[in-house]
Amino acid sequence: MIQYIIRRFLYAIPLLFGVNVLTFVLFFIVNSPDDMARMQLGQKHVTEQAVENWKKQRGYDLPLLWNEQQRGFDKVKQTIFFQKSINLFTFEFGISDSGRNIGADIKQRMWPSLAIALPSLLVGLLVNITVALMMVLFRNSYLEFSSIVLCVILMSISSLFYIIGGQFVIGKLLKLVPISGYDDGLAAIKFLILPVIISVVAGIGSSARWYRTLFLEEVNKDYVRTARAKGLTETQTLFKHVLQNALIPILTGVVVVLPLLFMGSLILESFFSIPGLGSYTIDAINRQDFAIVRSMVFLGSVLYIVGLLLTDISYTIVDPRVRLS
Amino acid sequence: MIVLWTDGLLFLLVLMIVSLGFYLRGKEHLQRPLAKIKSSRAGMVALVVLFFFVIIGLMDSIHFKLANDKTNEVISLLDYWATPIREQQEKSYSAPFSAYLYSKELIRSEDGVQRWTYSRLKYGGRHLINPETEKTQDIAKKAALGFVKGAALFGFVFFLLWGLRKQQNKVLLPNKTSKAVWLTTFVMVSGSYTLIDLSTWYHVLGTDKVGEDVFYQTVKSIRTGLVIGTLTTLIMLPLAIVFGILAGFFRGWVDDVIQYIYTTLNSIPSVLLIAASILMVQVYMANNEDQFTNLVVRADMRLFFLCLILGVTSWTGLCRLLRAETMKLREMEYVQAAQALGVRRRIILIRHILPNVMHIVLISVVLDFSSLVLAEAVLSYINIGVDPTTYSWGNMINGARLEMAREPIVWWSLLASFLFMFSLVLAANIFADTVRDAFDPRRANND
Amino acid sequence: MTEALLRVKDLSVAFNHGDKVVNSINFEVFSGETFALVGESGSGKSITALSVMRLLPENARLKATEICLADENLLAIPEIDFCNIRGRRIGMIFQDPMASLNPVMTIGDQIAEVLELHFSMSRQEIADRVLKLLKQVEIPEPERKFRDYPHQLSGGQRQRIMIAIALAAEPNLLIADEPTTALDVTIQKQILELLNRIQKQNNMALWLISHDLALVSNLADRVAVMQKGEIVEAAPTDVFFSQPKHPYTKKLLAALPSMESCLNRPLKEQQPLLKLKDFKVYYPIRKGIFKRVVGYVRAVDGVSFELQQGKTLALVGESGCGKTTLGKGLLGLIPGASGEVWFEGALLNQLSGNELRLKRSEIQIVFQDPFSSMNPRMLVGEIIDEGIRALHPEVTALDRKKRVENLLRQVDLPMEAANRYPHEFSGGQRQRICIARALAVNPKLIVCDEPTSALDVSVQAQIIELLKSLQKDQGLSYLFITHNIAVVAEIADDVAVMNKGKIVEYGKVEQVLKTPNHEYTKTLLSAVPILNMN
Repeated sequence: MIQYIIRRFLYAIPLLFGVNVLTFVLFFIVNSPDDMARMQLGQKHVTEQAVENWKKQRGYDLPLLWNEQQRGFDKVKQTIFFQKSINLFTFEFGISDSGRNIGADIKQRMWPSLAIALPSLLVGLLVNITVALMMVLFRNSYLEFSSIVLCVILMSISSLFYIIGGQFVIGKLLKLVPISGYDDGLAAIKFLILPVIISVVAGIGSSARWYRTLFLEEVNKDYVRTARAKGLTETQTLFKHVLQNALIPILTGVVVVLPLLFMGSLILESFFSIPGLGSYTIDAINRQDFAIVRSMVFLGSVLYIVGLLLTDISYTIVDPRVRLS
Repeated sequence: MIVLWTDGLLFLLVLMIVSLGFYLRGKEHLQRPLAKIKSSRAGMVALVVLFFFVIIGLMDSIHFKLANDKTNEVISLLDYWATPIREQQEKSYSAPFSAYLYSKELIRSEDGVQRWTYSRLKYGGRHLINPETEKTQDIAKKAALGFVKGAALFGFVFFLLWGLRKQQNKVLLPNKTSKAVWLTTFVMVSGSYTLIDLSTWYHVLGTDKVGEDVFYQTVKSIRTGLVIGTLTTLIMLPLAIVFGILAGFFRGWVDDVIQYIYTTLNSIPSVLLIAASILMVQVYMANNEDQFTNLVVRADMRLFFLCLILGVTSWTGLCRLLRAETMKLREMEYVQAAQALGVRRRIILIRHILPNVMHIVLISVVLDFSSLVLAEAVLSYINIGVDPTTYSWGNMINGARLEMAREPIVWWSLLASFLFMFSLVLAANIFADTVRDAFDPRRANND
Repeated sequence: MTEALLRVKDLSVAFNHGDKVVNSINFEVFSGETFALVGESGSGKSITALSVMRLLPENARLKATEICLADENLLAIPEIDFCNIRGRRIGMIFQDPMASLNPVMTIGDQIAEVLELHFSMSRQEIADRVLKLLKQVEIPEPERKFRDYPHQLSGGQRQRIMIAIALAAEPNLLIADEPTTALDVTIQKQILELLNRIQKQNNMALWLISHDLALVSNLADRVAVMQKGEIVEAAPTDVFFSQPKHPYTKKLLAALPSMESCLNRPLKEQQPLLKLKDFKVYYPIRKGIFKRVVGYVRAVDGVSFELQQGKTLALVGESGCGKTTLGKGLLGLIPGASGEVWFEGALLNQLSGNELRLKRSEIQIVFQDPFSSMNPRMLVGEIIDEGIRALHPEVTALDRKKRVENLLRQVDLPMEAANRYPHEFSGGQRQRICIARALAVNPKLIVCDEPTSALDVSVQAQIIELLKSLQKDQGLSYLFITHNIAVVAEIADDVAVMNKGKIVEYGKVEQVLKTPNHEYTKTLLSAVPILNMN
């Protein structure tokens, strides 16, 4: 077990290195720092000097991979690749193109993201499992048929419309909660209700349907027949045996996204002006702040890999058949 | 005639599907699933709707320059037919079927008095003398006329076919499914005739900020949705199939390398990877402006790049599925029998593995289509989707969202994009379900 | 005999869009007796049991005049109350014990669940009772196994747990649906003895469902035979086996392989066609951070034997003994094989590339499962001529077609079969196609890996006959891999008995079957059910 975890940690290093190389190629090889500078400074009539200044301020004036002018280890160290990509391994995100400390921004902004993403996930999970269980319990009835139809309709609507519709009906017409904004501490709750409801509703269609197929797959297995042969009622079989087995893929599927919750939801946060990492990323994309986008790519990958590791570990906890080696 | 990148690929795709259809015609193992699709009422109705969208999309993919045109503008076949609607541009917002602008203006009337009032539209309802009293009646009359035209055309074709069938002693409507299919066709044909007829007189879905007809915009957006949904698949399929099958079949270091590649790609949150790539495309385009002189060509290149990037980021899921399935098939006894017979590995891959994973490919292609159409809207909303000048539902929503705060609300752009996107995605989802039920062996028995 | 415990009248079952799979059958089970329902696959015997338990799949429709359990009409009981019948008054065990147990629940909990459901007992009482049940089904160290999960037990132990679950609420009737089909023959014997003992102890009725007439003859008081959804014959066991009336019953009895008459062919000694010397198949076990190889699983551990032209060597052993691995390793279908494989005087290990590919094609293989051994996307004709196309690309299409027709004739299939797909054929026919595919490349040796295990007895006998006549005509050699000792006597010249990767006994068939030397061979032979005519 311990050995397994160590091995997975070691495997994470080449993965993250791969991510780094990929982002490096995307950001510095496809377009040179000069291109970026010109883009940022506004296309035309840019003097060479302005470009050089821009690069110098942000540390893009080094060679890409190999610095001839330095000696010893600094030949590698004083390069864009080392400064901008390798440093990420120590979670030194550096300074954004607009001059802010990215690390500090992330620390501050991840909590609002979590505050909206975690309740959405938990409430969504609860609602979806309940709906799916009901569909399986009433299978082969009109109730099930109409819920499937409803699910297909729900999943055919773009998430943008859920947000726009929710803001319009609940926020603007009924005036139940503020349309957008955020506050610190407990005062945040009234701002969070609407986004959480919307993200739950937007997810019901596809998730409930998927869980339903998971449940149905289990229902047709032999051990469920054994449970019925023991004298358990349909409901007892469903809640005791089917749920127990079907929850394994559902829960482990949730574990993999748990770390990523810090990253927040891009559209939700920008629609509701919540100062989380999602809206931070969107702003960076719109301002074309490459340093922030690069940091977020790295952060996302780290969190995903942590999620994968947690998934493996959670399997050993919930499924007695799996033993890591 | 101008062939844009996406046009070419789109027609290449159509050609591939048609030739694949010919190649697979009469293959016995396809008959049962195909029969199952044919007998599914919801699936066939969805297919008719999809077919309608595809025809519009294809018409919008034949581009040319008008010979006697000075503006050097590239237009499509669809634009050509929709010329009156395309050119009837108002000043700004106007509500559906309205004869007036949305907001009040300062107008100097003939007697020289300036008044703060709603002014009449340049084109919408200009034939009416007194819109307040005549409009409802006029709309009903025009709608009925359009409907009759469409119904007549439909009836003509229908009875022609019916007669032909009758001659061969066959029935045109043997079951409920074919009735539903014909009924849907009838609704679609006469419905679109009605809309087309009406839109030469009115803006049936209003106009947007710069006065462009919203109905025209949303119809033009169909092509964007289709291109994203299909070309992405075209790009991702070869990657997924080749890597998935090789990894599953050869195991060992081949498997290790391929797994490493897709775990790395997968670990980058896809939105961020797309954002980063699109940013780079933007930078590239900005710095090489001379290569993209034409606005249409430029927008099309960006659309193509978006498909490319979406394809590169989305092959990993299918690849993993195929790898798992190939690993299962590899242990199948017919593969071992072929090995014992001395069949070469290359041929085993093509003859035994590939055909037996194709149902997974098909299912995932149709399932992915709708999610890609939805993804386009979201990506365009955060400005990492299609070019702002391209007609797309995402851009329409993005534009309309800013006017949400207006009083009364400007709702028609949202409604138009919602209706069209919803019907395309819904039809795709229903059809995907039908295909999955028909081709997934695990679902074969429980009907 | 007293009053019938279970009485079924006019029971029919049909699936949504299809014919009846059970067609108005009548039967009774008396208390305290063992009633056996026998039939080949698809005869509807399991469906009959499931309809009594009301456990039919959702798309099945049931019709019956009467299903009575001790004078209570089960048909009149609403679903809610039927839960007091299932488990409490009728217990049931199924064929595949691994799939039939909940994989994420300890076996103790699974047994206790029945008790909680049907009795009001305290925690301690339940725990005591579960322990007692585990002892009754002879699970070793019940105090420890109590907390084990199903995957930690062996196949036989899992079936014992299933029996404990079925017995927990002390039902009057126990339905055993092919309880030993998935188990090895030695385990089968133990389980059947256990069932027999418990039946006597608890004085309950046992309704045994099986395809194995020999097994039934040793256990049942009364036997009924089902064919295509109908009961064609029912009689007390002694009458049934001594005076079978229905032609189908007679056919079934005739098809049973008997161990009495061994094949005794005088064949002159020849150069061996195939010679294995210290043949091994090892799988590495990897452990640690860098997955170093720390040991090996010795699937086949130093096997030596020889096989002469035109002869048959039977490789017998229970599941997991390495016999299939040996067969596949021989053909180079799996990695990790080492040792010497001599074929026609050439050492296969030293050949490489194309030479090996051609030489190996003289050894062909026929697999166990006729459903997974043919590509469902290919026509039968394409399947058969695949080997010719691979080895002799110069052969014209017309010649290939003739060859395929010829091969189909040899395996007694119509010529039209070439233009059809595998799924249109029955199991026995598919096995014939597989034999034709192997014959297509003119092999000298065919490895038959359990070729008859998935087939019904009557079909099994036909395939054996076909293999024998092909051997006679073409001088083929067979390496016949099987777990079924009864078949061995009919086809083999020599027998090698395998256990844990090693050959424990090797000799002429007559000698091994009649006067076995090794302990393991003796246990194996004594466990084989033999038709009991008395």
